[in-house]
Amino acid sequence: MLPCTPAADSLEWLARPALQALIDALTARGHRVVGPQVADGAVVYRDLADVNQLPAGWLDEQDGGHYRLRRDDAAGWFDHVVGPHSLKNFLFPPREPIQRLVREDGTWREEPAPQEQQPLAVIGVRACDLAALRVQDRVFLHGGHVDVAYQARREKLFVVAVNCRRAAATCFCHSMKCGPAATHSFDLALTEAGNRFAVEIGSERGREILSALGTAGLLTPCTADEADRVRTIPHDLERTMHARVAEPGVPRPRSLDTDGIRDLLYDNLEHPRWRVVADRCLSCANCTLVCPTCFCSSVEEVADLSGDDVTRERRWASCFTLAHSQMHSGAVHATVASRYRQWLTHKLAGWIDQFGTSGCTGCGRCITWCPVAIDLTEEVAMIRESAPP
Amino acid sequence: MPKKPRLAVFKFASCDGCQLQVLDAQDSLLAIAERVEIAHFPEARSQSLAGPYDIGLVEGSISTPADIARIQEIRRECRFLVTIGACATAGGIQALRNWCRIDEVVGSVYASPVYVESLAQSTPISEHVPVDFELRGCPIDTGQLVELITAVVIGRQPRVPRHSVCVECKEAGTVCVTVAHGIACLGPATQAGCGAICPAHGRECFGCYGPAEQPNLVSLTGFYEHRGTPRPHLARLVRSFNAWAPDFRHEGDRLEHGTGADSP
Repeated sequence: MLPCTPAADSLEWLARPALQALIDALTARGHRVVGPQVADGAVVYRDLADVNQLPAGWLDEQDGGHYRLRRDDAAGWFDHVVGPHSLKNFLFPPREPIQRLVREDGTWREEPAPQEQQPLAVIGVRACDLAALRVQDRVFLHGGHVDVAYQARREKLFVVAVNCRRAAATCFCHSMKCGPAATHSFDLALTEAGNRFAVEIGSERGREILSALGTAGLLTPCTADEADRVRTIPHDLERTMHARVAEPGVPRPRSLDTDGIRDLLYDNLEHPRWRVVADRCLSCANCTLVCPTCFCSSVEEVADLSGDDVTRERRWASCFTLAHSQMHSGAVHATVASRYRQWLTHKLAGWIDQFGTSGCTGCGRCITWCPVAIDLTEEVAMIRESAPP
Repeated sequence: MPKKPRLAVFKFASCDGCQLQVLDAQDSLLAIAERVEIAHFPEARSQSLAGPYDIGLVEGSISTPADIARIQEIRRECRFLVTIGACATAGGIQALRNWCRIDEVVGSVYASPVYVESLAQSTPISEHVPVDFELRGCPIDTGQLVELITAVVIGRQPRVPRHSVCVECKEAGTVCVTVAHGIACLGPATQAGCGAICPAHGRECFGCYGPAEQPNLVSLTGFYEHRGTPRPHLARLVRSFNAWAPDFRHEGDRLEHGTGADSP
């Protein structure tokens, strides 16, 4: 077989087991490789050394406050959708030291910043999470202030996206126009078909590594017809998602009517629905912590007993805690209703003013991982249904 | 060098586990001893120096008539009074007797109950004297204790968040046991601090750190019950180490007797 040189606009076939060669190549280039794996009853991101660690034959059933895995021998390696983890867990970690000061003989000196981290490669990123990556890039890189730690990790990130062939009931990327097709922000994208992957190149680094696989004789070219068929897979799914209807006995397929959503929410800040949802909301913060775009953090000073060694630590924060809006005379968002309203109106309306895009990518994590099954698509629908004209 | 702040540790009705957490500070113990004078700590040191003290750590609940008099005296001796653990902050596991007849409880435990002087209820320190800070947990977390002493020594607020245990699960990347396994977990209504140990091992949160800020127990237990957890199981969940903490107490009463917001 002749070595196959991949081109940017073509697709190449990679036999499923040969995905191991991609993991090995990324590892050999110094990446920490992370991929989806079954652990503790969910598909989560973990360090990936072997293709046998991937969740082959596992499907996830998701609904409000509900996540279960089930075996399906007909399922592929990536037919699960999104689990509780996202790229945020790696690019914007829950805790991060940002500065350390040490006092010696009455003089403060700054300790050198932590060593540059190992570049990260993530396999199995879905379109909704690519959209979330773009959103977090806007926040951390393209605003008035560049977050240098995020930037260092982001620039070295290698993304192997996967086109979804299946949607959970909680998925509504089709409503948010974020998926299910992976169209941007990846280095390579995989589409599973039969017992092989069609691989698409998204960047120069992606081309370089795929060329190495080609040189090793692991690639075969897709014919034009095959490429056309592969490319329709996520688009067929998108059409299916638009056509989904609720049926008795199965989780309701989610969608979100985004028409005029910014004004809808701004015009209904006193809608009685906020109090209804507050009766259910635990303000436990789960929705914000699993959200791949939520970016709030607080900075705390962690000192040792002597007060001579002080680390400034950035930690995830959530608008569902009272501390988030604590001011000199108490919390601004003192009630659960005001905190839920703050979160939803920022996510779906304020974000548009602030960043020119919605803060929601339709991944559905906030629905699945809410312990009491609060569903933002339902809350918006209820407000829309009963909004005063 | 200014005089070191003087630290005293007192014990009431308790298992001593929180005092052991003080001793468990290990590497920090020498640093603590360097920054504060450990003036009174009977569990660790036979020498006891008289008050007044700058920092008083109080373990245990008020359980006997003598306790009531002694906590008043301790309050007078301590500039900054901190209660440590579920007993001192909420009455502890022994507050389960608050729902029983005291003579029956005493009679079932002691051969000669005539010698036992016990109050009808086990109550937190704050029901008897003003408390400056409550450090939660059964037992308390050593890291939070060191942070508290550091904050008092430096003169700033301690970093002891009042948000839910869920925050710690998500920080650790732990898969939610409620959502992924259908386990009735008290984490969404419980204050963080333990590092979410139990869910990391596939078990529910048992509420060792007491109610989180503004807990919505009615919604949480209502959802669990709707999903199939029997009501007596939910009542037992809130009736443990922090059973007498008002939010847990009221929810336990509601679950057991059907009183409260959504009683049938």
